[in-house]
Amino acid sequence: MSDVALISNPNEEWVLPSRGIVGMVCLILAEASIFIIFVVAYIFYMGKSLAGPTPKEVLTLPIFTSICLLSSSLTVHAAVSALSRSKRHLCSLWLAATVLLGGIFLAGTAHEWYDLIYNHGLTISTNLFGTTFYSLVGLHATHVLVGLIMLALALWFSLRGQMTHEHTEKLEVLSLYWHFVDGVWVIVFLVVYVLGR
Amino acid sequence: MFASQGWCGLAAIATSAVGADPTNMFAPAGTPANSIFSLSMLVLGVTSAIFVIVSGILIYVLVRYRWRKSGDKSEQEPHQIYGSNQIELSWTVIPVLIVVMLFLATTRVIYTTEHARKPADALDVTVIGRQFWWEFSYPKLGIVTANELHVPVSDPSHPLPTYLTMSSADTDHSFWVPRLAGKTDVIPNKVNTMWIDPQAPGLYLGQCAQYCGVQHAKMLIRVYADTPQEFAAWVAHQQQPAVEDPRVAEGRDVFMHNACISCHTIRGTVATGRFGPDLTHLASRDTIASGSVPNTPENLHRFIENPANLKPGVLMPPMHLNSHDLDAVTAYLTTLK
Amino acid sequence: MATQTPAIETHNAAASKPSRPLWLEVLHGWVTTVDHKKIGLMYIGYALFFLVVAGFEALLMRIQLAVPNNHFVSPQVFNGLFTVHGTTMVFFVGMPILFGFGNYLIPLMIGARDMAFPRLNAFSFWISAFGGILLYYSYIGGSGLYGAGSAPDVGWFAYAPLTSRVFSPGHSTDYWTLAVLLSGVGTIGTALNIVATTISMRCPGMKMSRLPLLVWLYLVTSCMTFVAVGPLTAAQIMLMLDRYAGSHFFDTQAGGSAVLWMHFFWIFGHPEVYILVLPAFAFANEIIPVFSRKAIFGYPAMVAASVGIGFISLGVWAHHMFTVGLGPGANTFFVLATMVISVPTGIKIFNWLATLWGGKIHFTVSMLFAIGFLFQFLVAGLTGIMLSVAPFDWQLGNSYFVVAHFHYVLVGAILFMLFSAFYYWYPKVTGRMLSEHLGKWHFWLFVIGFHLTFDFMHIPGLLGMPRRIYTYEADRGWMIWNMIVSSGAAIQAVATLLFVFNMVWSYFKGAVAGADPWDAWTLEWSTTSPPPAYNFAKTPTVASRRPLWDLKHPEDPDSNYETEQHLPRSSQEESL
Ligand code: HEA
Ligand code: HEA
Ligand code: HEC
Ligand code: CUA
Ligand SMILES: [Cu+2]
Repeated sequence: MSDVALISNPNEEWVLPSRGIVGMVCLILAEASIFIIFVVAYIFYMGKSLAGPTPKEVLTLPIFTSICLLSSSLTVHAAVSALSRSKRHLCSLWLAATVLLGGIFLAGTAHEWYDLIYNHGLTISTNLFGTTFYSLVGLHATHVLVGLIMLALALWFSLRGQMTHEHTEKLEVLSLYWHFVDGVWVIVFLVVYVLGR
Repeated sequence: MFASQGWCGLAAIATSAVGADPTNMFAPAGTPANSIFSLSMLVLGVTSAIFVIVSGILIYVLVRYRWRKSGDKSEQEPHQIYGSNQIELSWTVIPVLIVVMLFLATTRVIYTTEHARKPADALDVTVIGRQFWWEFSYPKLGIVTANELHVPVSDPSHPLPTYLTMSSADTDHSFWVPRLAGKTDVIPNKVNTMWIDPQAPGLYLGQCAQYCGVQHAKMLIRVYADTPQEFAAWVAHQQQPAVEDPRVAEGRDVFMHNACISCHTIRGTVATGRFGPDLTHLASRDTIASGSVPNTPENLHRFIENPANLKPGVLMPPMHLNSHDLDAVTAYLTTLK
Repeated sequence: MATQTPAIETHNAAASKPSRPLWLEVLHGWVTTVDHKKIGLMYIGYALFFLVVAGFEALLMRIQLAVPNNHFVSPQVFNGLFTVHGTTMVFFVGMPILFGFGNYLIPLMIGARDMAFPRLNAFSFWISAFGGILLYYSYIGGSGLYGAGSAPDVGWFAYAPLTSRVFSPGHSTDYWTLAVLLSGVGTIGTALNIVATTISMRCPGMKMSRLPLLVWLYLVTSCMTFVAVGPLTAAQIMLMLDRYAGSHFFDTQAGGSAVLWMHFFWIFGHPEVYILVLPAFAFANEIIPVFSRKAIFGYPAMVAASVGIGFISLGVWAHHMFTVGLGPGANTFFVLATMVISVPTGIKIFNWLATLWGGKIHFTVSMLFAIGFLFQFLVAGLTGIMLSVAPFDWQLGNSYFVVAHFHYVLVGAILFMLFSAFYYWYPKVTGRMLSEHLGKWHFWLFVIGFHLTFDFMHIPGLLGMPRRIYTYEADRGWMIWNMIVSSGAAIQAVATLLFVFNMVWSYFKGAVAGADPWDAWTLEWSTTSPPPAYNFAKTPTVASRRPLWDLKHPEDPDSNYETEQHLPRSSQEESL
């Protein structure tokens, strides 16, 4: 090989951002633009349905489950900082709390949908409200589900003692994703349940 | 089949050579097309100037600084220049100025065209785009026709524009008659408007300019600019109910006892379908099938036998009439003056 | 070409060739590889294959349109042809070939051993490749239970409601959506990889202000990909929900809006065209300086202009919708936004000219294509300005003038610059030079074919010929122009065949290239041709934008001129 005897400057420190975090930020950017389009579609079609039911008639504020989801952001953060301080058991505990809270949120969504479909007869094909509601909330729920699966895996590794201090960055990347999912919920909540009602 | 088209081609070259370009946007014949034309001349002028200057510099540089194999001096690298803020600033500012100028000129034409004042005596026409034909109705005059739009000539000293209110019954279309005005899309669930004011009598051609399905290519438009007298006569004629000619009563019966009536209207009869063109005054039109073929008995016959003969992909199905009924129906339709 | 051998020792690539492995092993090696170079080459090979396929479709269209009232193909077939041609060219030629070059070059240019996420890289490639196969599968399975196969025939921007179940029964439209969706996912994956690689894998000394411009432009392109392809993905999901779950996003019968789809598509579609063109600019930024033997003029301005183009291009989408009836306010806004793009683009053009100015221009085939690019991009940009004048667009929109405008960019600029890149980097990839003799033939034939086709294509547009029509009336005066256009396409085909032949022939018979045949300045030329799997034996360290220049000219290194403010030292004393 031709040695690249290029001018080197050994006294210069060379640190670069972590690729995991950069990658996740990019992913979040792409996902955010997907969500924006669904949100725009929701807002665009607000009040344009040709037939009922309207959001006002059938939607109730999912306050409790929202609180659960948002507080899971705190717990996942706690898990990361526990791991960075090598407190592995604490980390497992916080992860378990996160999975539980996320699970409650999903169960809440499932219940809401059941109610809407069977008691109010609102499906994705009923009207424009159904179309935009199920697709936006469903897209978010899918992301929660993916996040939960990954968190559950992390919990599994953590319980088996396979997650150590070195994995802090990986867990942090995962927690970024989870924060993003929570952040999106704030928007969805505001648009669907506050603005749209 | 390639060769068999050769004669057509030669004929086309011939017409094109004598300057008969019926849809040339640089031969405007109405106010909107005119103002676009003058704007486009400005834009063409500016862009040509930029083109000449920039490509001139490029050619100069290529010739002047080409590598020449002369002596060992040339093996040396040229003097390295890394940039110059002043120069770069200058070629940022000049384009900005050009852009501002073009933008202002553009804005004026946008507003004069899209925000034009509508005179009280303007003619109103409703345009419905359909796969693959046009429905034109004159709500105040009670006329419905297809594919051939009749409008009065507009004398510049006493403008008489025609306002088109347009929407689509199915997919997107676009109404484009280049010599009269720019195109406007015809979109389902959305109402668009545009106006035209042909300044010389005659026939103006155009066609659908938004891809709308299989026969987008044969969704032609014919605009007839009539003198006021001609137009009045045309209106009076179109307002009549369909001709009742006892000699073609048989064909009339065939029509009325077939599915034709579920898609076509013939005013004054049981035929009130809306899916296909209004046939009340079919015979007064010069063409059929959205301008694809001349309105001759032979073409009518072929079309009704199997519309796909003339226009593959058309939404009118072959009606499988026996040849006797077919002749009768054709005879009947040719009387619908 | 100046062949002053620099301080770098060149090694003969052939010397280290191992004995020939079995083809099955080779295949296995390629299919399972996570090496950025192999993945890059697979991207390129795949794209070249589709270039020929989609070019062949273009030829069929041109035969059909050569004369009026032709019956060479049926309207259904023709509509399928332009849809598949457009979709293939944009999603399965343009995107993969550019990402292929990026994959291959970026790690080499920043002194890295691989991409940041090699396995994601392989995944992205295979999923994009699968998308392309799905699109063509619709020729077999498109009608599902309805009968024989058909191709999607909704146009590459697939305006609603033509794509709904009512107007597009069968499955061909589903294949189209899925193909585009999958390629979008793959694209986001690769773009993410490029950004992470650029940010996190640079060799010591490679500050952002020293990145080769190519890498900078890929960074911008990739960031644009996130914000542009996201909307496309979202819109495709909505379309699929409409077609399968009975939702009503674009169902005009249920109050849905056809215009919403247009917005969503063009929010993707417009940035997309810049995503395609920025890599072409990237190649130009490397190739033009080397063959004029001068540093790029105004590096910071070039970076700023690219970032500017990236941002502005997100706000101009509705210039594709001037005829939709958005109202004068919106139209004026989008006119201004669109015209403003010409300012940063102009900066680029002028900086390239300034780079040539005072240089010693070597007319290699690679450089010839780059000059063709400069000239044609200028023309294409100016026709773009004409289109951006909304009232003019009311006439020109959806006519052959638009088709001519965008082929001028897509072929005249992007494809030309791609050819240029092929001639430039082929030696690096294979260790052999592409034949310059054949290359000159290729260039001149392609230039002639290109100009015959796309110069004359503007005229029927001005004479009122709409696009996407399978045939036209004889009395419109379009025939002669279409005839010329079609004959040009045939010449382009011959030139393309010549190019493919050159690639194959030179692989076996071409002159051995050595590590640095062009006497160039960026890091990829410091390793062998082809580079070893690990790229560099020792991680390089750099101190300027042109590390190999510094090496070859230790008496006057670039680092002298690059101040800490990342600005080139002001050059008052240097007259242009
Ligand atoms: C890579 C591809 C590419 C690129 C780079 C561009 C560049 C530009 N395009 Fe183009 N365009 C397409 C690909 C591209 N386009 C495609 C594919 C379509 C059609 C899609 C479809 O309908 O299928 C399209 C369609 C399209 C339309 C819509 C037409 C219609 O459908 O009605 C418009 C309208 O504004 C437009 C404008 C422009 C402008 C203003 C630029 C500008 O970026 C150009 C800027 C460059 C210059 C201006 C030249 C250099 C500048 C100078 C020398 C400085 C001095 C100049 C001035 C001050 C003016 N393009
Ligand atoms: C990167 C993008 C790209 C490229 C490179 C091209 C290249 C070409 N395109 Fe394409 N084109 C588009 C992108 C592109 N196009 C898009 C986006 C559309 C819009 C689609 C839509 O409306 O939905 C379009 C539409 C389009 C149309 C309009 C169709 C219509 O509206 O009705 C036409 C018509 O002439 C055309 C022609 C050509 C030609 C002649 C070439 C030539 O440059 C091609 C040259 C290459 C070859 C010719 C390949 C060589 C072939 C061989 C070597 C095979 C030979 C083998 C045998 C003969 C057996 N294209
Ligand atoms: C399923 C609906 C349908 C039925 C049934 C139908 N048509 Fe039509 N017809 C159409 C449509 C749609 C068109 C417009 C075709 C086009 O130009 O794209 C049309 C066009 C025509 C035209 C040309 C009109 C013009 O101005 O271009 C004639 C004539 C015609 N039909 C006659 C008939 C007759 C006669 C019958 C019965 C024997 C019939 N149609 C049955 C739908 C129908
Ligand atoms: Cu109607 Cu195209
Ligand atoms: Cu655009």
